[in-house]
Amino acid sequence: MSTITGERGGQASSLSSMLTLPFRFLMGVLNAPMSFLQRRFGIGGMGAVFLAPNMLIFSVFVLIPVAINFAYSLTGGTAIFFDDRHFVGLGQYQTLLTCSDYTTPSTCLQDAFWQSVHNTAFFVIAQVTVLVLVSLGTALVLNREMRARGFWRGVFFFPVLLSPVVVGLIWKWILQRDGLLNAILMDFGFERTLWLAERSWAMFWAIFVSIWAHLGFYALILLAGLQAIPRDLYEAAMMDGTGRMRTFWRITLPLLWPNLLVVIILALIKAVQIFDEAFVLTGGGPGTSTMFITQYIYETGFAHVLRNLGLASAASILMGIVLVGLTALQLGVSNRRARKEAV
Amino acid sequence: MSALSTFLLRRRGGTGWHWTDVLSYIWLALGLFLMFGPVLWLVVSSFKTPANLAEFPPTFMPLDAQVAQVQGYEQPLPLFRVTLDDGSEKILAQVRRVGIMAQMVDPENPGTVIRVPIDKRTPVRAVNLATENYAEPLQQFDFLRYFQNSIFVTVMATLITLVVNSMAAFALSKYEFKGRAAVLGIILATLMVPLSVIVVPLYLVVNSLNLFDTLWGVILPTVATPTGVFLLRQYMLTIPDELIDAARMDKASEWQIYWRIVLPLAAPALAVLAIFSVMWRWNDFLWPLIVLSRKEHYTLQVGLNAFSGELNVQWHFVLAMTVLSIVPVALIFLFLQRYITAGIANTGLK
Repeated sequence: MSTITGERGGQASSLSSMLTLPFRFLMGVLNAPMSFLQRRFGIGGMGAVFLAPNMLIFSVFVLIPVAINFAYSLTGGTAIFFDDRHFVGLGQYQTLLTCSDYTTPSTCLQDAFWQSVHNTAFFVIAQVTVLVLVSLGTALVLNREMRARGFWRGVFFFPVLLSPVVVGLIWKWILQRDGLLNAILMDFGFERTLWLAERSWAMFWAIFVSIWAHLGFYALILLAGLQAIPRDLYEAAMMDGTGRMRTFWRITLPLLWPNLLVVIILALIKAVQIFDEAFVLTGGGPGTSTMFITQYIYETGFAHVLRNLGLASAASILMGIVLVGLTALQLGVSNRRARKEAV
Repeated sequence: MSALSTFLLRRRGGTGWHWTDVLSYIWLALGLFLMFGPVLWLVVSSFKTPANLAEFPPTFMPLDAQVAQVQGYEQPLPLFRVTLDDGSEKILAQVRRVGIMAQMVDPENPGTVIRVPIDKRTPVRAVNLATENYAEPLQQFDFLRYFQNSIFVTVMATLITLVVNSMAAFALSKYEFKGRAAVLGIILATLMVPLSVIVVPLYLVVNSLNLFDTLWGVILPTVATPTGVFLLRQYMLTIPDELIDAARMDKASEWQIYWRIVLPLAAPALAVLAIFSVMWRWNDFLWPLIVLSRKEHYTLQVGLNAFSGELNVQWHFVLAMTVLSIVPVALIFLFLQRYITAGIANTGLK
């Protein structure tokens, strides 16, 4: 984690000198007020001065909202401002969590919420499993000796940079009624299918498209892990006449495992929050078959005429608990990895 | 024959083909098709006229019906390839169509009208790029506005991110002060907590600061990124403290140390953060969707979504604008791919 590109100066600095031209202007302007602050607080106090702008913005737009979120989830009503809302205790959580049968969303008080929980759970399990396997496969292929490796890496990686809206639109265009996919399939004698209007197909494509968009990112992390495996291990295995499959199971997979674990957890964190691509692609439909938790929060709190901000923040806190758990897991894993590397 | 196949299939190192080799090539070919295909289809489609887009099955290349000026007719007439009664083929211009018959004229001899059954004629078409798909939405609709908004948001957010994050990272890596561990802890704790969890209260904060439906309401909540602080701090830790002590001996002010010594040395990390920030802000969707309500404030992503969600989707415009919105990202990718991939591989950030 300590080096970014491993090459200070050189090309990187000429590039950033171009990128940071307005930046340097700003620095010059700030010279005088900062000298004043240094006279006022001394060298030791400058740490706090340097930290202040970031922490001020961070507090206002991240920390305070996190705190308010808890307070908000304890209130009811349709008013926006906190003063006009009434205290309902854990009522919102009760509303969200009341179900006579948790496996059937229609028996829940908030059937849309539970539908979105079910959808998200299904999405997370299916998407993360396939995504990790496909990323691993891609990383293994890209790790082979081949010509134009940079090009091939780019082929799998570039969708990562596309915005979710663009990804959603590209696939919506291909999957529509008179789209490319139907044209190709009908050419081979298949029936026309309304890919985004059938419940199970819509879910399939939501999963497929999100894998398409993100596999390059995870493949890249795994590729870095593969390239860190010492080559002499493979040479030794070859000397011993070990088969390729055995080499994979006994050398590659165990040594790649820490990276794989990070990839799995990162993919889980991202999958739980799925919103953008799916929202543009299917809009949550047909019905509520591809509505995920983030979309439920958005619709309940913002898109609906009767905006229920209390319910939305209660739902977001429930999702946040899952995410904080996963993040703690991720930090734990990467810390353990860092410690191992240090030893 | 066997000599030829041995030659063709010979591989470096002299070892034979393994089934994993075959699988790798299939994987790469499939990858090329599945990853590039959809984007290629988007670009090709964006140059088609509405009539061409509505065709099923679709044509691969953007085709446009050919027209010709014919003497005696004010409007240009569409050209058709017609099979005449005597079996010969001829290119005729269509004057009008009545039921299943079409009245056509020979462009070289416009005097006589020839009546042709419509199933005996096929339109003459040629590859033609419908560049009006790009020009019109920029003039007629607010797309230019959306572009400006997106550029403003991206540039301002990235600049502020770089300044405040690098200052905080400098403080957290080079100063000893009370509460440093606590601040670091908070930053680590919020590293992965996404915006989607705090949208409701964030909306309230932005609202009470009178930033609702403004571009600053989109920019400010995103600039104090914990990821950026963390990334820069990890890098600045590798800058030797002796450099800073030496500068202090030379009576450099702390601010000068920061921007004359630490920032230039942290340039690679700043470049990575700048690239990431540009991509993040250019592609942001959920938060702008919530904050911006008036159309003239929309960013490109929100505008694209609204435009494609309308009842009668004008796909020819949507596709063209989607392609335009990719251009900056594609440029970044082409020129800075090495930095991006190295940045991701080393930090696991996105």
